[in-house]
Amino acid sequence: MNNMEHKDYTRIGEKVFSGVLPNGLRIKVIEKPEFVTGYAVFATRYGGAWRRFRLDGELIDTPAGIAHFLEHKMFDMPDGENALEVLAANGANPNAFTASDVTCYYFESTESFEENLRMLLKFVSTPYFTAETVQKEQGIIGQEIMMGEDSPGNRIYYNFLKLLYSSHPIRDEIAGTVESIAGITDQTLYDCHRVFYNPINMVLIVEGPVEAEKIYDIALETVTAECGTMPEADFGPDEGTVPHERFREEAMEVSLPQFLFGSKIKPEHGDLLLKQKLTATLSLNLLLGTSSGFYNGLYKKGLLNPGFGYDTDFSCDLGTIFIEGESRDPSAVFERFREAVKDVCENGIEESYFKRIKRALYGSLIKSLEDFEGVCLSLMDGMFSGYDPMISAQCLDSVMPGDCLDFIKENLSDDRLAMSVINPVKNGDAGNV
Amino acid sequence: MIFSRNEIMPGVALNCLTGDKFKTSLFTVSLLSQLTREDASSDAAVVSVLSRGSSSYPDMEKLSARMEELYGSGVNPTVRKTGEIHSVGFASYFPDAKYLPSGESVTGDVISLTCEMLLNPVTRGGLLLPDYVEQEKTVLLDRIRSRINDKRTYAVSRCIEEMCAFEDYGVSSIGEEKQAESIYYTKLTKHFRKLLSESPIEIFFVGSEDPDEIACRLSESLFTLPRGNINTDIGTDVRMNSVEEAPRYTEEVLDVGQGKLSIGFRLGECMEERNVAAISLFNAIFGGTVTSKLFMNVREKLSLAYYASSFTDVAKGIMLVNSGIDSSNYEKARDEIFAQLEAVKRGEISDYEFSAARAGLSSSYRMVSDSPQSLEGFYFQRMLEGEDISPNDRIEDLMNVSKDDVVEVANSVVCDQIYFLKGTEGSDNE
Repeated sequence: MNNMEHKDYTRIGEKVFSGVLPNGLRIKVIEKPEFVTGYAVFATRYGGAWRRFRLDGELIDTPAGIAHFLEHKMFDMPDGENALEVLAANGANPNAFTASDVTCYYFESTESFEENLRMLLKFVSTPYFTAETVQKEQGIIGQEIMMGEDSPGNRIYYNFLKLLYSSHPIRDEIAGTVESIAGITDQTLYDCHRVFYNPINMVLIVEGPVEAEKIYDIALETVTAECGTMPEADFGPDEGTVPHERFREEAMEVSLPQFLFGSKIKPEHGDLLLKQKLTATLSLNLLLGTSSGFYNGLYKKGLLNPGFGYDTDFSCDLGTIFIEGESRDPSAVFERFREAVKDVCENGIEESYFKRIKRALYGSLIKSLEDFEGVCLSLMDGMFSGYDPMISAQCLDSVMPGDCLDFIKENLSDDRLAMSVINPVKNGDAGNV
Repeated sequence: MIFSRNEIMPGVALNCLTGDKFKTSLFTVSLLSQLTREDASSDAAVVSVLSRGSSSYPDMEKLSARMEELYGSGVNPTVRKTGEIHSVGFASYFPDAKYLPSGESVTGDVISLTCEMLLNPVTRGGLLLPDYVEQEKTVLLDRIRSRINDKRTYAVSRCIEEMCAFEDYGVSSIGEEKQAESIYYTKLTKHFRKLLSESPIEIFFVGSEDPDEIACRLSESLFTLPRGNINTDIGTDVRMNSVEEAPRYTEEVLDVGQGKLSIGFRLGECMEERNVAAISLFNAIFGGTVTSKLFMNVREKLSLAYYASSFTDVAKGIMLVNSGIDSSNYEKARDEIFAQLEAVKRGEISDYEFSAARAGLSSSYRMVSDSPQSLEGFYFQRMLEGEDISPNDRIEDLMNVSKDDVVEVANSVVCDQIYFLKGTEGSDNE
């Protein structure tokens, strides 16, 4: 019997199998017989920003950092073994991460893939915590939090989110604070596992030299939990599109001022979200890419260097644009950016330029298919957000210069921008804190 | 993917990995030279300046625009350090013809563009443009200075710098501030001409096109490449012993919360007739993996660090151990790291630790064939070390390593340098 249906994407030479277990677990598989590496990710729609949620009508609050803490502790198994070690000893390359609205457990391996997959599905489905192991993990995560505090990249990022958002939990560190994780107990971990690690709230995606039906069978045998209730996050009131605050700066041990500016955007849903994502990337490439007047002008003046970059993020019912780099004069970069936006709004986008930037983006879409992890994570995002990332190339065709113009006008105007800066510590400041 | 290698011009080798496994092709060109304190920053600056403009595309806008037309992400400057061999050049990724709307390959155009950037930079009176040189000098200096921004990699590079203070290996791939400050357009033009005529050149193409076609296209595009006395005497000086009898200690205090402990070792006498497989296994068992002694003890058992791991550079014969710790735990962490090394020296390696390390390493060699980038990286390094060996040969070698071989490596290792980046918080709170 065929439990997995497939869809062909001939233009990009891909074929994706999809299926759903009776308990609600959704599965996608891409068969790649010519490769030796297989990649699998088992993910739950539960991350650092899911601190307050609604279950069966009841509102529940949990400590900051709990989703990440749970991720660390999931590797402990009842028989005393550690799943990370078991997988690694079997030649696999396992790891996990917690983002603001997902937690992902994954591995890649070249041998015993099915055995490793069973292990992945088993350990993520089996909670096992004790007061003692929870306490020990507080030491390790405490060091991880300290490391984050010393990282200028981390600091500038959260300072920026705190400018954009006044109360949405995305503004707080995913790992929490040393104080907040002190409040976590084995019982809170069990409770959160029961609510969020339930098949209806999870997805499994596999790419590699595998057979889709076989993957389905393994999941059916291994993920035996019953279908639960879909939890609902409560991220608080809608924050609109105007930043909460505009500017924030801080001093750290860095060589040059670091800047991060951008805006928040109202995210679309489903297929429209895919188009919105592509429109956003294309718009930023048009405005700020390596062949743009903005980038080249500032580069020649010594105000930008190749570390300059930009990105978008769509998660937790939010959309955010990030534009970052280092510069002797972040406010000059910011001013020039405002002029570039104004210029596009007044003069529009040249057709030939648009075509060329679209070509380059098409090239990078093709390149992204080379990376199994990237492909699987984008499929995951699509499953949780209701769109199909494999039609990106077609969808890109449908984006017109006018779409980008509208996007820029709407989302990058003066009143929408906020900027976070980290300045170098001045001589004599160090150690006086 | 089938590997082939041919000398297409004096000192110019074309390496191809041919097959239709990938949707994206990779083309790289690397000029090899001896890594030295004097020249490292100039080597790096040359490729940055070359990527500012060529005769047909005289500025960055036009160059980038050309790459965009070719569906590419750019012809990006590369700088690599393998032991004491310095390689600078360009790399570009672009889609295979099968996935292009027209179905026509852009490989030839990418090769022409890359070669033009290498051979025909925009010049005035035969000299690289002073503006471009000055701007790239600033960018390079900023990059050299920016290593402080990431404390984790900063500690590693500081440890290597101190340990190899009297060796060229102590220099980073982009060179040092003092030498970078003296970059000047006339001198840099001379340096560029010298690199171009004297460097052995390694070219890689990973993709579906026939190696003969690539060679043919290259011969046309490299027709004007000057070839003088090719510098074939490039290599790495391996120091077996520690510089002083006891490990040297360097401490630095910065306003950070978490301390970083970095310990440098010489791999020692085992480098005389090195067994790469045994060295890799030793590293995997000691600190290279999540099943290693360092991870299991320093992190998992004693909760002293979020990370504690080791890596080796078999070209140079060194090993580095790195960890992020609370500054007040310095002695505890240091002693535990040495205690774990002693355990390996005494042969305390369980069957589990041994087979886990071997499984992990074998797997990483098998994975080499699954991405254009890792294929290029693997074979590039093999070529530099003059080894004619495939990832599968490496796996076979691993199977022939015994526990005794690993213990022998461990006993050959000598600690040479301890570097401690002390946080101001942990130590005060104690």
